[in-house]
Amino acid sequence: MKDRELPSLVVLVLPVVVVALAFFLLPLVRLTMIAGSGEDGLGAYLAVVTTPRYFESLLATTLLSAGVTFATLAISAVSGLFLERNRFPGRNLLISLLTFPLAFPGVVVGFMVIMLAGRQGLIGDITKFLTGDKLVFAYSMAGLFVGYVYFSIPRVILTIMAAAEKLDPALEEAARSLGASPWRVTRDVILPALKPAFIASGAIAFATAMGAFGTAFTLATNIDVLPMTIYTEFTLRANIAMAAALSIVLGIITWLVLTVSRSLAGSTVAAAG
Amino acid sequence: MGRTRNFYLQFGFTLLVCSFLIVPVIMSVMAGITENFFKGIASGVTLKWVWQVWDLYADTIFLSMLIAIACLACTIVLGVPAAYVLSKRQGAVARAIEELLTLPLAVPGLAIALALIVTYGGFRDFRASWLFILIGHVLYTLPFMMRSVLAVLSSADFRTLEEGAASLGAGFWRRFFDIVIPNCRSGILAGSLMVVTLSMGEFNITWMLHTPENKTLPVGLADSYASMRLEVGSAYTVVFLVMIIPLLIALQKWGQPRKTRPVVEEPELPSGGRQGGKTDG
Repeated sequence: MKDRELPSLVVLVLPVVVVALAFFLLPLVRLTMIAGSGEDGLGAYLAVVTTPRYFESLLATTLLSAGVTFATLAISAVSGLFLERNRFPGRNLLISLLTFPLAFPGVVVGFMVIMLAGRQGLIGDITKFLTGDKLVFAYSMAGLFVGYVYFSIPRVILTIMAAAEKLDPALEEAARSLGASPWRVTRDVILPALKPAFIASGAIAFATAMGAFGTAFTLATNIDVLPMTIYTEFTLRANIAMAAALSIVLGIITWLVLTVSRSLAGSTVAAAG
Repeated sequence: MGRTRNFYLQFGFTLLVCSFLIVPVIMSVMAGITENFFKGIASGVTLKWVWQVWDLYADTIFLSMLIAIACLACTIVLGVPAAYVLSKRQGAVARAIEELLTLPLAVPGLAIALALIVTYGGFRDFRASWLFILIGHVLYTLPFMMRSVLAVLSSADFRTLEEGAASLGAGFWRRFFDIVIPNCRSGILAGSLMVVTLSMGEFNITWMLHTPENKTLPVGLADSYASMRLEVGSAYTVVFLVMIIPLLIALQKWGQPRKTRPVVEEPELPSGGRQGGKTDG
């Protein structure tokens, strides 16, 4: 019976395969080829590491994304665990508010950072009132950092809460009955058990930060993160081969991070951009 | 159980995180309805910025809706059958297809857009139409539709249902349309909400693919943030929020179709073993 079904199954899956091949795989192959067809040929790939401008951009983006990932994981672990393990009035409201920005695109997140730390922002007003100096950092790497953390918190919190919900309370009770302090229970029982969730959501946060474009675009066009560099190469310098090479390198990095994390965490929790 | 100091510390921290996320939203709502944000709300409340946004950017709102609906139609037509096939077959070919279809999630939108431009940018009419943007959106949202439907397909006992129908003489297509599709409704609904929400907010791909005649809402937002006064950008953000909030509420309500997951060996054994090791050390 199974084999009699095969032709029908092929008919069902064929359209999506054709679309994916024609509009995704073929274009990606073409992009890879174009990257090697510029003045320097395949040297364009080499230029990603040998040209200081590109390499610094790659390095800065990687460091920024790593910092964002760790900050988001730390913040979300504290709040996510707290919300999952305590019941109090207003808890559902808090969860709704914390996950509210889930659907904000990067551009809107950039605008939120301007609201907080821009020229007419809240932090500027508060620091001016307190110290007389206006603290404005929205239009820099620091602003981008804040924006990416803002963007990632809702996603990571949801993953951590879902994982914490499935924890086996017996393990914790065992540890406690053996005399472990709350801090030791957290460190030795809860956090290790949440490791797959940390790896999965951390990888998504990292990959998203590496490839994010909207927030940087809103905050300033002269922040040198890789997506901005690619955009500048493509539009202002019309250096299509270099833009293609940088995109391919960026794509390989994010794909690698997600694939490795998936095999480490063993689940298929996946990204959103 | 009394609340410990620890509880209040964590509670305070969580409140702080919450205000970090929500205060700027409130500020932009206020800025969008304030006469002059620099002077504060005392300068008067007005809807003139919202009307200005409507005059300047109404077409972006309609285009975003059009693309979101078209994208939804495409992801249902393409994604639901594909999810069904992938739920039935686990061979190498099926795995490869699944890998191919979820790959757009791992590749930054900017790269997808560039790839599309260098390949199809030469077809002028196609490049200039909104269909070009639609393709990017479909690639990006398809995995979400497929995942939602797959979650349902692997949780309910479809094999028994289908075998029952087959023994009563229903052919393949009859079973697909009369048994599989109707029973996938919750997954299709959850996936649809996700697809529409993501399509409405997509920027990374869209910015590269758009033309001056084809601006979507997020493209218009970026445009207004860069070139309009703060109040207009804020009012525009408010318009976006008003459109997206019903979707978010619906997502919280119907967005979780997964009752059971196909993962088999997740519970105690592996993690328990590892913890034992760690606690000893």
